[in-house]
Amino acid sequence: MSFEPNLVGFLCNWCSYTGADLAGTARIKYPPNLKVIRVMCSGRVDPNFILEALAHGADGVLVCGCHPGDCHYVEGNYKCQRRLPITRMLLGEMGIDPRRVRLEWVSASEGVRFGQVVSEFTEEIRSLGPLALQEWAFDAAAADAQLAHQGGDHA
Amino acid sequence: MPKPKLGLYWAASCGGCEIAVLDTELKVLEIADFFDIVFWPCAMDFKYDDVRALADGEITLTLFNGAIRSSENYEMAKLMRAKSTVLCAFGSCAADGCIPGLANFTSLEAIERYVYDESPSTVNPEHIRPQPVWDVPEGTLRLPQLWNTVRTLPQVVDVDYIIPGCPPQPDQIKAVVDAVVDILKNGKPLPPKGTVLGADPRACCEECPRKRDVKKIRAFVRPHEVVPDPEICLLEQGLICMGPATRGGCGAKCVKAGVPCRGCYGPPAGVHDQGAKMASALGGVIDSTDPEEIERIIAGIPDLVGTFYRFSLPASTLRRRQVRP
Repeated sequence: MSFEPNLVGFLCNWCSYTGADLAGTARIKYPPNLKVIRVMCSGRVDPNFILEALAHGADGVLVCGCHPGDCHYVEGNYKCQRRLPITRMLLGEMGIDPRRVRLEWVSASEGVRFGQVVSEFTEEIRSLGPLALQEWAFDAAAADAQLAHQGGDHA
Repeated sequence: MPKPKLGLYWAASCGGCEIAVLDTELKVLEIADFFDIVFWPCAMDFKYDDVRALADGEITLTLFNGAIRSSENYEMAKLMRAKSTVLCAFGSCAADGCIPGLANFTSLEAIERYVYDESPSTVNPEHIRPQPVWDVPEGTLRLPQLWNTVRTLPQVVDVDYIIPGCPPQPDQIKAVVDAVVDILKNGKPLPPKGTVLGADPRACCEECPRKRDVKKIRAFVRPHEVVPDPEICLLEQGLICMGPATRGGCGAKCVKAGVPCRGCYGPPAGVHDQGAKMASALGGVIDSTDPEEIERIIAGIPDLVGTFYRFSLPASTLRRRQVRP
């Protein structure tokens, strides 16, 4: 079976979520891979959210906010603009391709653009393949089997 | 009434937690008087079989320090869990993985290759590696096996309480011992399972005496490059101080001495990932809106993940670096 990317999107309430709504009402076609989570501001997107998404099955995370200068809360998107590069650098050093996390500005009128962003991002993650984290969960059965195999003092 | 039994064990650790117990000074005599110490390999002569001979739950309290990174650590974690009524992850290694957990930045294969082949002082032309099981005329020799991924104690067994710190500060250990004695002597109720003991739920900044103002950082500096002002917040001076993403309880000792917080008490209450929280904090204080300048300022953070996860990589959200062959 071909790989379908599992994507999580954090969309700001004031611009990008409304932009996504517009994409829907305007019947714009784009891939259904993005699971949208509405946040009040892109400045609310804690890097924790992004790591949690990636650790629990997302192949990519898209963060969308108002264009610089347009933030409903004046400077929330600037905070996001600084947090995302740090998060991407962190991911790169953790052996995860930084392209899996993308920040885009989408205004309430940019329904077409929202569709393009989601299409592009889906194709990019499709080309990167699934993010399968190595040895994330602790495998108690394997650890017990190792003990049993060693026998002796360590049984 | 028979004395309550106390066990102390070390897995993958440096021994600093054991020293911290001895650093409680005269309190250690009180501990030895109140408890019957049944297992403490660092300080007293006990064997694993002495523990195996005990009934399940017979040890009232076990303070377990050290991360879990070998089959032996794992076996002892399971044994101490079974024999203890209350098992406490003692210190940063057991709670968050700490310095041994930095092995999660690489792989077991890479570590063995360096240690047994590539290091400049190694002469090993036959590429001999330690074998877990080896037959000799006298019988079979066995060695514990190292794991590729270092785990925290709560990741491998059920843990009742956590005492963080690298090491836990002696004053905090004294306070915890007093609380335990109070509970056992006077029948006080136990705190809810999973409680973090001997620490503050808030960030280290809450204990920091330095003056804080609006943080606006245009460049990061390393400790050897500047003489920090003794009064002002170190982060405001461009030093990466982990205080905002670190649990308090240590009394902000490092910061008072002019050294940025390194994050040894782990993430504060309500925070799962210390590194991500630090990324969040720094994102809030960098003083620029120009993407290129932001990239340049961020590039000045030395060893980003090594700094952010120095004490908590195995307990972090991603748990280890993805090492592709």
